[in-house]
Amino acid sequence: MTLVVDDLRVYYRSLAGDVKAVDGIDLELADGEVMGLAGESGCGKSTFGKALIKLDSRMRWVGGTVTLDGEELHVWDDEVMNPHRLDDVSLVPQYAMSALNPTRKIGRMIHDLLRARGVDFAPLRPELERRLQLVGLDSSVLDLYPIELSGGMKQRVVLVVSTLLNPSLLIADEITSALDVSTQKAVAEMLVAFRDREFVKSVIVITHDLSILAQVADSIVVMYAGKLAEKAATATIVDEPRHPYTRMLIGSLPEVGVRFAEHRLQGIKGRPPSLIEPPAGCRFRDRCPLATPRCAAEPPYRACGDGHFVACWEAE
Amino acid sequence: MLALDDVSKTYRIGAFGSRSIRAVDGVSFRVEPGEVVSLIGESGSGKSTIGRMILGLTRITEGRITFDGHDVAPSRDFYRRAQGVFQDPFSSFNPVYKADHVFATVREGFFPHESNGAWHAKLAHALDAVALSPNDVFGKYPHQLSGGQLQRVLVARALLLDIELLIADEIISMLDASTRIDVLNLLGDLKEHGLAIVFITHDLSLGNYISDKTIILRHGRIVEHGPTPQVFAHPQDEYTQALLEAVPLLHGSWR
Repeated sequence: MTLVVDDLRVYYRSLAGDVKAVDGIDLELADGEVMGLAGESGCGKSTFGKALIKLDSRMRWVGGTVTLDGEELHVWDDEVMNPHRLDDVSLVPQYAMSALNPTRKIGRMIHDLLRARGVDFAPLRPELERRLQLVGLDSSVLDLYPIELSGGMKQRVVLVVSTLLNPSLLIADEITSALDVSTQKAVAEMLVAFRDREFVKSVIVITHDLSILAQVADSIVVMYAGKLAEKAATATIVDEPRHPYTRMLIGSLPEVGVRFAEHRLQGIKGRPPSLIEPPAGCRFRDRCPLATPRCAAEPPYRACGDGHFVACWEAE
Repeated sequence: MLALDDVSKTYRIGAFGSRSIRAVDGVSFRVEPGEVVSLIGESGSGKSTIGRMILGLTRITEGRITFDGHDVAPSRDFYRRAQGVFQDPFSSFNPVYKADHVFATVREGFFPHESNGAWHAKLAHALDAVALSPNDVFGKYPHQLSGGQLQRVLVARALLLDIELLIADEIISMLDASTRIDVLNLLGDLKEHGLAIVFITHDLSLGNYISDKTIILRHGRIVEHGPTPQVFAHPQDEYTQALLEAVPLLHGSWR
């Protein structure tokens, strides 16, 4: 197992109280697995990704463990986590396109970055150029400023830089969302290619776009209001989802071929609950068409098939 | 109703405008009442520039855009009949004011003499059309509403003016999948009541779902133009075919 997460809880401090953005997450990520993490905005998916590498000043670790390659990561301790970053765990953030230093040429920035990690740039340069070529970039980008690159090019540069030291785990947070369809496809396929070439061992792809995950992920985890709703192999989630939330989420996707005039799709009524004082029991209950009185108690997240987990009383 | 004839837009760039970029190049199409026309293209295809030119927000370099036979120009009368809603609902609101302030500005600008009763009836009607209840929005600040709700408030604001034409520029790309479809269905309902909509998007599946006609743009030019089912089932242009192949499908694979 590359990654084992056990009952992880990470809250945000706010004046109104703790925002329970990650509230008891259990996950296992196998070697070589590309796992998709999906959910609506505010479900805690990005917080989970960040919690595995760096807690920002508002985030507070409340409980749970994270084990990477058999070694426990003390995610709450910024100092202890530092040597792991980039070497073992790498994150391509949502704002990756603005993650590059505008005042440095790309090559210079990578040089500085590696020096900060105690790594010599010169011996790595041939490998860097080879990887840039692999993602369709000429090594001349190293002499350019970020402003001279398009969004897709920047995204690819960040992807190459963040995986340069062959980390075990890459967390890709909404890296395709701001891109055009053809660039989106290229970047998404790169993630898989990086795994295939073992530049990274395993990947967590965080996105709201289930169709992208259907293309690149081996398994899909669906999060709702800080908790896990369902996890299964990609084909199972897409074809035989058990959780009503997963079903409704998939049912609301307009695929090419579905037209308003012929088939009217349905959204999901209501909004996710506040995470400051989330309701007891199933958090999806207020929006769920299948809700029964039993849902006032929290449904366990349990196995319902081979590698298929679901947190719902009504999932038969 | 809306007609674009050989419309082009050239931007001058560089020192003293020494170089130029042709953002829109010889674009012609028509939009009739009750019709949704999708403008689909990647970034830099000129789709938003076309939307802005239709609304008179950007000057046309060459060609003509007419609305019921008259050249479009920014004027109160024109904006009473044609409105735009744009991508980012959060930046359309002033966070200092409550969300319903956007309605008050419409009242000041367009209906200063309307009585309170008539105005509130009108408002209730517009909110009803976008499936919001007054309790959802009145007295709330923008940060208390979801993106989908804010976007619907903006559509309701446009509807207050009895518009005939709506320019919807990427209005749902910032929304969650679960609320996205509600805004799309809303456009579908408005269209059935006779509203003409120019739906600007980079997302082919959304264009396919909602529009009657589809226009595919590349580098400011129309590469494909036809009834939506035909464009999606039998794309003629190579670029359209490549775009369609790159769309991620839930069922079915890229390779």
